[in-house]
Amino acid sequence: MNHLDQLESKSIYLLREAYNQIENLCMLWSIGKDSTVLLWLARKAFFGHIPFPLVHIDTAFKIPEMISYRDKLALNWGLTMIVGQNKAALAQKNTFPHGNVERTECCQLLKTQALTDTLNGTGARYILNIETGKYELDTNNKPYTGVIAGIRSDEEGSRSKERYFSPRDKNNTWDIATQPPEFWNQFKTEFPAGTHVRIHPLLDWSELNVWEYIQRENIPTVSLYYDNGDGTRYRSLGCAPCTNPICSGSKNPQDIIEELVSGKLASIAERSGRAQDKERGGLEELRKGGYM
Amino acid sequence: MSNEHMNIVIVGHVDHGKSTILGRLLADTNSLPESKLEKIKNFCKTNSKPFEYAFLLDALADEQAQGITIDIARCFFKTQKRKYLLLDAPGHIEFIKNLVTGAANAEAAFLVIDANEGIQENTRRHAYLLSLLNISQIVVLINKIDLINHDEATFNRIKDDFIAYLREINLKPSACIPVSGRNGDNVTELSKNTPWYQGETVLDNLDAFQKAVADENLDFRLYVQDVYKFTKDADSRRIIAGHISSGTLQVGDEVIFLPSGKSSRVKTIEAFNSAPRQSEKAGYSVGFTLTEQLYVTRGNVVSIAGQMAPFVASTIKVSLFWLGKKPLEKNKAYTFKLGTSKTKAIITEIFQAFDTSSLEIKNNPKDLLTNQAGECQIRLLNPITYDTAPGLSEMRRFVLIDDFDVAGGGLISSHIDDKQSQQDKKLYTQNENLIIHHPSLVTYQSRCKYYKQQGQIFWFTGLSGSGKSTLATELESQLIASGKIVCLLDGDNIRQCLNSDLGFDEISRKENVRRVAELAIFLAKQSLIVLVSLISPHRDMRNFAKEKSKFNEIDFSEIFVDASIETCRQRDPKGLYQINASGNLENFTGVDMAYEAPLFPDLQIQTEKSSKEDSVKFLMSYFSKKEKNSIIE
Repeated sequence: MNHLDQLESKSIYLLREAYNQIENLCMLWSIGKDSTVLLWLARKAFFGHIPFPLVHIDTAFKIPEMISYRDKLALNWGLTMIVGQNKAALAQKNTFPHGNVERTECCQLLKTQALTDTLNGTGARYILNIETGKYELDTNNKPYTGVIAGIRSDEEGSRSKERYFSPRDKNNTWDIATQPPEFWNQFKTEFPAGTHVRIHPLLDWSELNVWEYIQRENIPTVSLYYDNGDGTRYRSLGCAPCTNPICSGSKNPQDIIEELVSGKLASIAERSGRAQDKERGGLEELRKGGYM
Repeated sequence: MSNEHMNIVIVGHVDHGKSTILGRLLADTNSLPESKLEKIKNFCKTNSKPFEYAFLLDALADEQAQGITIDIARCFFKTQKRKYLLLDAPGHIEFIKNLVTGAANAEAAFLVIDANEGIQENTRRHAYLLSLLNISQIVVLINKIDLINHDEATFNRIKDDFIAYLREINLKPSACIPVSGRNGDNVTELSKNTPWYQGETVLDNLDAFQKAVADENLDFRLYVQDVYKFTKDADSRRIIAGHISSGTLQVGDEVIFLPSGKSSRVKTIEAFNSAPRQSEKAGYSVGFTLTEQLYVTRGNVVSIAGQMAPFVASTIKVSLFWLGKKPLEKNKAYTFKLGTSKTKAIITEIFQAFDTSSLEIKNNPKDLLTNQAGECQIRLLNPITYDTAPGLSEMRRFVLIDDFDVAGGGLISSHIDDKQSQQDKKLYTQNENLIIHHPSLVTYQSRCKYYKQQGQIFWFTGLSGSGKSTLATELESQLIASGKIVCLLDGDNIRQCLNSDLGFDEISRKENVRRVAELAIFLAKQSLIVLVSLISPHRDMRNFAKEKSKFNEIDFSEIFVDASIETCRQRDPKGLYQINASGNLENFTGVDMAYEAPLFPDLQIQTEKSSKEDSVKFLMSYFSKKEKNSIIE
């Protein structure tokens, strides 16, 4: 049993625990490589089926390829695809850089706020109609009590402190000092009403593991991760205005693995192209308020 | 470099320098991303703090402000030999649950002691936890050796004292290293400052930890995690899913499910995006189908016929560590989780409590306080399956839940083969003799469909005069009025016919309950709704009825009709209390024979507070809820 097998087995165990123990479960799919690996693991865990909806928060500033790739995969794999968006903030132009607010506030509104509202059902949810390929207003606005997310502990400091099953209180906040203990394979699956839990099956995976797994399983990933001829590619995907491509000629997962192991990315942080991490308070402050 | 991977935890008292040593290890092996060291150095500069290696690990703003680790941090690290996940555990007493979280996932540990402060309370407590969590590979790092001028005598004194302590809790460190996290002494290179030290560096000791070998050759064990039947795309597979704790599973193996006692053969091993499998080994999360359609539930353990069977028990002895906010109390109900099994539990005995730092023992304490460990006896509402064989540690690690929170955890050491366990065994052993069940041509499922109802049992228990029969007869007529097929088994009525040969001594009373239970199950299997109104004073007999119903896949509700003995005496509908008072009736429940009230009834109706009408309304709404969840289309 090699290390990827071990990671895969544990992630599948966590997904199955979540599905068995948590009512109204959903999985966040950011279209990025991590949550796409997570989606693949779910197909493995449930033998080709995905027995819960996938939720994507569309800030309206995502790189267009991400959206077309999302819908193509959702139709091919028969996914229950839900999309949420903070339409009010967009209408009022409370956005960055072309708008009325600063960068972290834009993140707060278009990501955190949109996510919170979509999860608790107060914001409109749009569901993909597999027949027509169009999004329709979802009549189900029951709050999701369990949210599976593809965060990894090596991405950034505050994520390294997460639990596999991480409770969020009624206000969606993350109380770091009172996190529950996790003994062996026992997780917090008992909750008072009104709270929800985030499940993190990829916590022990590194960026390299993710790429090794994509290559091993031949998982379809969005083309933005690869150099398509201009010598640049994205290492981490986010909103177009706040995410920059890196200079790299990697054309496929194998190239990326080599670049990570011994190439020039061996000692550069993965999220170095993500501007919001560098602001005051950084990702930790965003995450305490509900950001992934 | 091999693809081997290990999880290591670093523990010790607060401020003894765990994060500093880890930070140094990362920095001196060039394991940090370029921006990280720079980011932290800039942070220190702008906040006019001296740079500390610990800040590399202590990522959260709260932690950097207070200079302590609050929660476990994970960091990735690799050496020439293999890859590591290093878990930095907090040393502060308040965050011991976070330490447990880190240590429970580790295969080996570094235990850090400040050479200047020596062994402290949490040094010992953490070591105790490592022992309890079954982590036997330990290296002791005596840190801040620069603060004692690299003095060999001081080092040896701490080392000898600590090894003596570890011996008491069955731990033996593979090395004790003099270290300075701040200066890097003996971390990745042997230091000139400690020429008297003959051992190896922290890094070399790390690589010397032994990777636990896969246990695919042991007896097969798997906790059923779930059973999937996805109907989408005409998928007809009924897949039993779980993680293999030990052993190997092959297509064709005869598998046994415990505690249910059912057995079948493995038809297929299922996988997505892979060729069909013939076998699967320990460590993998798998799914398989059976040759027969068995009703299998989560929490059962799968073993293979011919191999050693695991234990089934309902009274267990355990060692546990308590970290709940409230003390662990005797006779209080908790939720018990082992593998994927889950049941209500009561602590029936606390034999000993230990102070995990001083190792001071207190015999027969009334409770266990936060951060104390103890030896206890636990009575489980439903039997569980466990094992104590070497290498099967997953099969004995349990947790207790109090008020939504994991409040304690530990290891099962043995079980008591008490009356209950005997009964469980008998209950689950079919084909004891040569009586062979003759099957009907009509299945239970088709009966349910035909009668449009599911068989179930409502078992009313309580003192004589508490109102059992009043409620049961009223419920019976309302259910019949709503079109249901119902049967009421009333204790006194049955004693006039089927059980007319029985008296009122303890053995006869148990036999009385056993027969009524068997009859109720028999009728429920014909898809009838069976109401039982019976004092049934013994907890173990009611439990028998419940377990046997469950075994037969019949829904069972224990309804506690609750009224005080004074009220019942006053009501005395049959005049029995009066006869008893006059000395003409012996063994009367509640007076001269104990009534063991249910600990976890499915419903409790206090007939002193709730009117007959309200109580029946409540029962009817409970019934409709059951019906909604039923499997009948």
